[in-house]
Amino acid sequence: MDLNYSAEELAFRDEVRAWLGANLPKDLKEKVDRYAHLSKEDLLRWHRILAGKGWVAPAWPKEWGGTGWNLVQRYIFEEELGYAGAPPLIPFGLAMCAPVLLRFGTEAQKKRFLPRIYQGEDFWCQGYSEPGSGSDLASLKTKAVRKNDQYVVNGQKIWTTLAHYADWIFCLVRTDPTSEKPQEGISFLLIDMKTPGVSVRPLILMDGAHEVNEVFFDDVAVPAENLVHEEGKGWTVAKYLLGYERMNTGRIGESKRQLARLKEFSSGKFNDVRFRDRLSRVEVELAALEITNLRFLDRMRRTGQPPGADVSMLKIKGTEIQQALAELMMQAAGPAGGDEFAAALGRRYLSMRKTTIYAGSNEIQRNIIAKMTLGL
Amino acid sequence: MNFDYNEEQQLLADSVRRYLQKDYGFEARRKILASPEGWSAQVWSQLAALGLTGLPFSPEYGGFGGGAVDLMGVMEAFGEALVVEPYLATLMGAQLVARAGSAQQKRTILPAVVEGRMKLAFAHTEGKEGEKLGVVGAPLADKLVVSCGNALFLAERADVKMKPYRTMDNMVAADLIFSREKAAPMPGAAQAIEQTIDFATALVCAEAVGAMKFACDTTLEYLKTRRQFGVPIGSFQALQHRMVDMVISYEQARSMACLACSRVDQALDAAARSRAVSAAKIKIADSARHIGQEAVQLHGGMGMSEELKVSHSFRRLTVAAQQFGDADHHLERFASL
Repeated sequence: MDLNYSAEELAFRDEVRAWLGANLPKDLKEKVDRYAHLSKEDLLRWHRILAGKGWVAPAWPKEWGGTGWNLVQRYIFEEELGYAGAPPLIPFGLAMCAPVLLRFGTEAQKKRFLPRIYQGEDFWCQGYSEPGSGSDLASLKTKAVRKNDQYVVNGQKIWTTLAHYADWIFCLVRTDPTSEKPQEGISFLLIDMKTPGVSVRPLILMDGAHEVNEVFFDDVAVPAENLVHEEGKGWTVAKYLLGYERMNTGRIGESKRQLARLKEFSSGKFNDVRFRDRLSRVEVELAALEITNLRFLDRMRRTGQPPGADVSMLKIKGTEIQQALAELMMQAAGPAGGDEFAAALGRRYLSMRKTTIYAGSNEIQRNIIAKMTLGL
Repeated sequence: MNFDYNEEQQLLADSVRRYLQKDYGFEARRKILASPEGWSAQVWSQLAALGLTGLPFSPEYGGFGGGAVDLMGVMEAFGEALVVEPYLATLMGAQLVARAGSAQQKRTILPAVVEGRMKLAFAHTEGKEGEKLGVVGAPLADKLVVSCGNALFLAERADVKMKPYRTMDNMVAADLIFSREKAAPMPGAAQAIEQTIDFATALVCAEAVGAMKFACDTTLEYLKTRRQFGVPIGSFQALQHRMVDMVISYEQARSMACLACSRVDQALDAAARSRAVSAAKIKIADSARHIGQEAVQLHGGMGMSEELKVSHSFRRLTVAAQQFGDADHHLERFASL
């Protein structure tokens, strides 16, 4: 047992850290530090800087621009991005649509979409949830009817993150309403957001931010060549994505950075033993999660098995820690909010409540662990 | 980076686990508890035969020169089986002799411990003047290591007055009155005490993780077999989610036990070591309480019963949470380092 990174791994970490230190634009970092709103341009600028370095999609196969890094290197890289305070890489194209295309797409689809995702030329969003289909995703009703070489799509998606920035949306749609099981009869469709009949309505969340949207489809004609995998096999595609290697789900690096910042600006509160102990408990929980995460990674490396329900555990703990940190920060800054930084931390506290709800609520994650790991 | 035991460590942990499964089942343990002595000499000689009593001591005295990580798998197995023999008490006493004893003390004591001929205990917690409280293993020990402030003394059991009892988790322990007139001073001290307590705390973390594993496994089994309303109770989501949280709590605790044992062996300085140990103990104390209480609750009335091992694991976890300082104590120390 050796909990330390190897000399090579440390050298890799230092290389990444040094490069990030030199190449993360000051103004972007300063915005992240202030917890300020990041525009589409901010997000894309950072995406393109990484693409220029060849580091924007490490997990992809090398022929499509992947780095060839091993699991641990990829993990270190992702954690360093978080630790450096870089703007987030929006996952919908890089880490969701692309792995699906690489696994199920035709050669033509890969050639058409992957390079544009890599270069940040297309901004993607995800069309999964519907007003009546949240946790029970398979009950979705958005209809796609095949007419000659087109699908005609009607229905509504909701909670669509950054749809107002997006050029494309990948959607789960119902192609066979007569299928016996709800999971059957679902297909995976790529839809150009500029197609007539697509409209986007903002949903403003309680922190005042415009991040998510409703997306409406009104007789939207989609070329049949935009179907991924076979018709009726959309659920297989969705499940593949759920089990995809997302070992940064715990967001350890990002939380370490928040913890360090919290300690920095709340040091005046350390005489308050109640506050100090709550902070210590979160610090301990984060240290434990980092080791748990590395233990899972080490096991994956040894066995070659996909992480399965381990990801659910990282999601539950990681988001609980993120929320606990956001809450302590909000409390340390005080409730008045006259100060702009305190107000930003207040908004952040509100916003972070989403983390235990999105990407499969923590209750759904517990269902997954109960079923897959515990056999209940 | 590597989170597995090496081959030797794994082989040792496996053979200890096999031995305990065969000879230290719940019934065998119950007989030991019912005996007036509260421990088994036969089990002790088996532990010695497996090499466990010599594991962390220098080959100079017949030991294997192992560290906390080498002992971790053993302690996890002990925790699963809820071993009551005074193993950790003896290791602590002997570690103090190894670190702070005179050459003569080392020569007479360490080989005897390694060979399973001698048991020790460490009296540290202060009561009233001259009193030492909650000394686990004291009534069974041949010699006692006793702290007086920053100094250490070695005493024969016969020279110490003690009031023996069983702890909540059925360990043999005593409160004792000690006078240094008849005791032999040990040359080293303060540093050795801190080091040894950190070492033992890391091992208690590992032992508690083993007891947590048992509590989780047996509760999961119960959820799958106990039927109410015509179905296994594990089909109820209210219980599934609580079971999942127990398992997460266990994994997090195990991660911290790995950290504590590694840092005890490898830390660059005492502060880094103690900080890791305290962080681990905070997590282990919280998880021990969480898992122990939930294991009883999910077993319903059966969880309260003396006849089920789960209630014994609850008692062990309750004591382990407080042994060498509870979460509050370690929160204080963590913040001070």
